[in-house]
Amino acid sequence: MDAKETVMNVLKDITGTDLSDKMDENLFETGLIDSMATVELLLNLQDELGIDVPISEFDRQEWDTPNKIINKVESM
Amino acid sequence: MVNIQPYGTPEYFALIILFLLPIIIGLFNGRRFVNYETLFSLVFLVLTFGGSKWQQGVALIGYVIFEVITVGVYARYRAKQNNTAPFVWAVIIAIIPLVIVKVTPAIEGGKQSLIGFLGISYLTFKSVQMIMEMRDGSIKEFHPLAFIRFILFFPTISSGPIDRYRRFHKDYVQIPDKDRYLKMVDKAVFYIFQGFLYKFVLGYLFGKLLLPIVAHQAMLQRSAFFHTGLSLPLLGYMYTYSMYLFFDFAGYSLFAVAISYLMGIETPMNFNKPFASHNIKDFWNRWHMTLSFWFRDFIFMRFTFFIMKHRWIKNRIRVSQLAYLVNFLVMGFWHGVTWFYIVYGLFHAAAMIINDIWLRFKKKHKGIPHNRFTEGFAIFLTFNVICFSFLIFSGFLNTLWFK
Repeated sequence: MDAKETVMNVLKDITGTDLSDKMDENLFETGLIDSMATVELLLNLQDELGIDVPISEFDRQEWDTPNKIINKVESM
Repeated sequence: MVNIQPYGTPEYFALIILFLLPIIIGLFNGRRFVNYETLFSLVFLVLTFGGSKWQQGVALIGYVIFEVITVGVYARYRAKQNNTAPFVWAVIIAIIPLVIVKVTPAIEGGKQSLIGFLGISYLTFKSVQMIMEMRDGSIKEFHPLAFIRFILFFPTISSGPIDRYRRFHKDYVQIPDKDRYLKMVDKAVFYIFQGFLYKFVLGYLFGKLLLPIVAHQAMLQRSAFFHTGLSLPLLGYMYTYSMYLFFDFAGYSLFAVAISYLMGIETPMNFNKPFASHNIKDFWNRWHMTLSFWFRDFIFMRFTFFIMKHRWIKNRIRVSQLAYLVNFLVMGFWHGVTWFYIVYGLFHAAAMIINDIWLRFKKKHKGIPHNRFTEGFAIFLTFNVICFSFLIFSGFLNTLWFK
């Protein structure tokens, strides 16, 4: 599975919503993701992709849409 | 010697802007006069913590030395190793002075600790933040002077907003270009006048003129409603105090942000129309934002991360509920060790938990109507929940019931 697919699956798990047609939707503003969901996202990225993102490095503005998250993950 | 409290009177602004002029002219020409700025900060620190408050000044100096050593030693350790125990110890040691200052009045019958000074909380938030971000590897180098400049940054020293080291340092090193700086000055002027309106007009109206009247009325009704003191004047006190709290603090925060801007530092804003919140979660993203974000990033998220990583509690809903409780209890104790601050914390934790239950329910049941009326009702309900929490926070119930 590539990074994009993994991220989309993780997001679907966490938000309970299929986001494939909402790639540029702001997940924090719409309330789909909150602090708790953020922590789940980080833990899942760690478990499934081996990507270690410390909480200090999590700048909401850089992670607020599915597309941005995928770009972030792919750049690591 | 004189003692002047920050942003206390309009004259203070005349004085600070006069002293700021060289800095403003320098920044306008793309230069930061480091020596002058240091001298300027020293003069205003002496004005705030000198004169009749000299004991606080001594406490401040002692505190800064203590934190520089604590953070510095941890930084040296972290450069070589990264075990959990030294990190935990560094955090504990860094908060010891604040804990002493907060606990002393509770056990010594209201007597203030000798090591306390105005703003110790805000300096501690900044110190703990340094240690946590070093632990994460986000801050790699420790420069004692840059650290001191950050925690003692004069405009925000007494009550925030709480900035982040990396953000602050970037602004300090990188002087804004002329266009950007002009925009910042423009905003600063606007914020100062908005602050005047908030703090000196509306804050004064609600806090100094109306509040004593409703307080007196509410005290006359102490025996109302089966001796609970629940009365219309008490309701009046609740709303009046809430308005006072907002306008006074938001006004102060606007001043702190404005003076920061004039010094070329984009200190983050603290309030974003909190009374227009749709729910309590929304409220904490709008009220005293730099504090609630600090709690979110350094307590709530770290706590949930830790619990879930070690799989101590499997149910994610329970984890978040426990985290709310820890988060807001710590916030309550931080405000002060009195029953009403702690109940205030518990109240907000409960409100957050109930709100999450509702949000989950709403997500499951798609048929729940959502229109302008329900939105208006949500804002109204949230506003009243907030105001009630501020009534607890005010400590007035303590006077009403126990004094």
